[in-house]
Amino acid sequence: MNAFDWVVQLLGIALAVAAAPIFVGWVNQCRAWLQNKSAPSILQPYRGIRKLFHKDAVIAENASRLFRLAPYVVFGAMVTAAAVIPSIATRLPFTQAADAIALVGLLATARVFLSLAAMDVGTAFGTLGARREMMIGFLAEPALLVVIFVVSLTCATTALPMIAERLSAQSFALNPSLAFTAVAFTMVLLAENARIPVDNPATHLELTMIHEALLLEYSARHLALMEWAAALKLFNYACIGLAVFIPWGIATGHAPGSLAVSVMLLGVKLLVVGAGLALIETLSAKLRVFRAPEFLATAFLFAVLGLLVRLLLGA
Amino acid sequence: MAVLACQLEPTTVPDVLGVGAFVSYGFSSPLRLCLLLLAAWSVLGVVGLVRPLSIAFVGRTLFPLGAVIGATLAVVAAAGMSCPVEQLVLPIGLPNLPVHLRLDGLSGVFLILLGAASAGISIFAAGYFRQGEGTAPGLLCLQYHLFLSSMGFVLLADDAYAFMLAWETMALSSYFLVTTQHRIPEIRQAGFLYLLMAHLGAIAILLSFGVLQGGTWQFTFDAMRAAHLAPNWATTAFCLALLGFGAKAGLVPLHVWLPEAHPAAPSPVSALMSGVMLKTALYGMIRVSFDLMGQPLWWWGLVPLSLGLFSALYGVVFAAAQTDMKRLLAYSSIENIGILFTGLGLAIVFAGVEMHAAAALTLIAVMYHAMNHAFMKSLLFLGTGAVLHATGERNLGHLGGLIHRMPWVAWLTLIGVLAIAGLPPLNGFVSEWLLLQSFLFAYKVPHPFINMLLPLGAALLALAAALAGYVMVKFFGVIFLGQPRESALRRAHDAGFAERLGLAWLAAGCVLLGLLPTHFISLLNVVTLQLKIGGLPASDAPWWLLVPIPERQSSYAPLLFFAVILVVVVLAIFSVRLLYHQRIRKGAAWDCGFGGLNSRMQDTAEGFGQPIRHLFQPLFAIVRELPGPFDRQPKYRLEISDRFWRALYQPLGALVRHVADKVAWLQQGRIATYLLYSFVTLVVLLALML
Repeated sequence: MNAFDWVVQLLGIALAVAAAPIFVGWVNQCRAWLQNKSAPSILQPYRGIRKLFHKDAVIAENASRLFRLAPYVVFGAMVTAAAVIPSIATRLPFTQAADAIALVGLLATARVFLSLAAMDVGTAFGTLGARREMMIGFLAEPALLVVIFVVSLTCATTALPMIAERLSAQSFALNPSLAFTAVAFTMVLLAENARIPVDNPATHLELTMIHEALLLEYSARHLALMEWAAALKLFNYACIGLAVFIPWGIATGHAPGSLAVSVMLLGVKLLVVGAGLALIETLSAKLRVFRAPEFLATAFLFAVLGLLVRLLLGA
Repeated sequence: MAVLACQLEPTTVPDVLGVGAFVSYGFSSPLRLCLLLLAAWSVLGVVGLVRPLSIAFVGRTLFPLGAVIGATLAVVAAAGMSCPVEQLVLPIGLPNLPVHLRLDGLSGVFLILLGAASAGISIFAAGYFRQGEGTAPGLLCLQYHLFLSSMGFVLLADDAYAFMLAWETMALSSYFLVTTQHRIPEIRQAGFLYLLMAHLGAIAILLSFGVLQGGTWQFTFDAMRAAHLAPNWATTAFCLALLGFGAKAGLVPLHVWLPEAHPAAPSPVSALMSGVMLKTALYGMIRVSFDLMGQPLWWWGLVPLSLGLFSALYGVVFAAAQTDMKRLLAYSSIENIGILFTGLGLAIVFAGVEMHAAAALTLIAVMYHAMNHAFMKSLLFLGTGAVLHATGERNLGHLGGLIHRMPWVAWLTLIGVLAIAGLPPLNGFVSEWLLLQSFLFAYKVPHPFINMLLPLGAALLALAAALAGYVMVKFFGVIFLGQPRESALRRAHDAGFAERLGLAWLAAGCVLLGLLPTHFISLLNVVTLQLKIGGLPASDAPWWLLVPIPERQSSYAPLLFFAVILVVVVLAIFSVRLLYHQRIRKGAAWDCGFGGLNSRMQDTAEGFGQPIRHLFQPLFAIVRELPGPFDRQPKYRLEISDRFWRALYQPLGALVRHVADKVAWLQQGRIATYLLYSFVTLVVLLALML
């Protein structure tokens, strides 16, 4: 642990915070292209956030302090999560403080605050959104944990950087347990980030909303932080997936050269992931809300299947 | 803590009527000091009878004193942990059956739990009990403090007689506490059910001790430790103990009394029962399986493990469907008891196959969770007590928006809510983390199939923990957030000073246990070493970093973790303030511009639980009445009940009644018949003798 590691750590956080809206912009762009629409600029999410910061905040009369605190907590949780994930390097000093299980806990904290804030004003849509968000969460969280159990059984640790290091030391081979868990993880990613089979990020129909319903009462800077946190969440999930399933190229040493390569590779990987995400969203239709638990139960079972395969075959 | 040396010099206090001699005797060792404190609790209870109707005397004087005794007990027990095991024989009780007492690490941990949690609860109770609610305050004070002191004696007892005596005192005193509002028939019924289950459990425990003495007819725990049981008898003893302690703990299917008795009791009593009393059952189970049995067989562990997992899921799913806030918490207690027994089972499996470090880690996780649950569940129960006093409502359908009227209670309860939902950096997460870490060792158990099925337990545990988050969002959101569902709620007032202090004490416990886990874990490590299970491997990690098993490199540093979140949040707040304007306008809720928003448009408790009810339908027995389209007065009714009640308890009750009816045939009511019975018995006995 030295000063260089701390610099890399801060660099990683700054990169995540800065690049997250751009990643969302890229996904939106790809989706527009795939749907034969003219695409907005890749910087559009940034413009949206900037516009929101300049607006006057309107807050419901009966909102409590919790309502005003929640955007900061959610944003803080997502930034801290970005600090734990080995996106560009594995020698990160802060990752000692939190392993993969703590990371899942952190994401759950953000979810709980988001839902509580949505219930605070007491509108029909807010409570509906909170209920649905928690319904998605209670199925997605164990699925994600089981995914982590599978890789931590393979690597004999729950520390994410060690997992990334040990997996990247292996040569590429189709590992059946990892294949199952990759499917499960992708499903969790789609559900947790309000992507299409479960939720539609571009919806205007209140009754089908999940994530948007939670944010209905927010405006201006609070909304900007919530949007930014949502972008960070997507970025974080993508980086968790990359660290676990495609860890090759993440810098494991102290050499600045390898770090530069790792940043470049992360960019390329994220471009591919974003395009893939847009493809999935374009090819699938949104499920009815009642079907969402089935989708997530499938993800949970895929993860458990991965666990069983890991234990049966040892691979 | 080291201030209290293991063998203190007797202090010289001027002797007033022999009290001084008693006190100086008491000060000479941690065990005697504990004994003195427990006796002081009982005395405090009796003093309550001096002025039984005076709230000022009982509430403002005796209950705070009880809290001080509780806090002292926790300190003494913590200091006693570093001392060697201490035993004491008191020449009281039946002739030739003196009372044996013993203070070791395991008793110490649970005494800390009892003392620390009860300190907060007693302070709260000082402000809680009011005039004219059921039992007179003085009598309540006696029952309450006897309850506390008997729980302490359960933890110190070192022979079966003393244990059962304390156990029964505990059951009886808590029965009277549950039926404080004895004029309400439902509460009397709940109390009776509790008493019945408590006694069925006690019989099983008594029988278990009977088997454990192994033919020596010595009922001290030392004799049981020395006795060697054949595997069959050991298994019988274990099953009886599981039955007995499981009934007290509320393990499914022996849980039916819990959701009835907890809501019936006044809130501080519910807190004490749920937070502390259930843990005495866990203590008993650990004592029997790891101490009195010596080496448990590995496959025993599978029974509490599977029952525990089932209880955890069953409890949390039912909690999600509840509409009464105290019943919701009672079901959540069943969930947590399930988690504790899951861990206990896993520890037995590990200990049985000689995986010492894993067994120690698991048992530490279990004891850690017991301590956590004592704090968070007491906090939540007391929070409902404050709400109940302020509004007179227990039904979630009539609450809402209380964060504005009762900010203290709301924010302190929020800490408990986040803690019990297992969110970092609070305490619930630490024990969950430890337990999941120990589950990751399960694939090394050298038994085929079992080693593949055990890790799936971790998946179910994760599911239960995530569902707990759902339940707690419902609990907090419906009570404290949104708009008040009744106009009377606008007159609700915040809790008084004593009540706030009690809540703050418990909330502080949740935060400290969450942020500084290593200190408490090193205390728990003493216990596992004393129980000869093994200890955690030595590590050179700094005090703020939790690294249970160094070779795995999994670590958790809550303090650093929390600091980073705090720094990011503060930075975000300040940079937003610096870079942008701070203009805020207050307006009506937007609600997508529909307008006409009223409090009935929010989700009700039933509505919030609907997805869970829908997904886990087979678990519930649901009766639903839907209104028809032409009903003049449409009525919607939904009743959810426990399947076990109809499937297990009602047939069992019918069977008992049937047998009793048959036996009643013997009671002819004529003296000649009874004389005949005596005569026949005598003849048979004589025939046997000859």
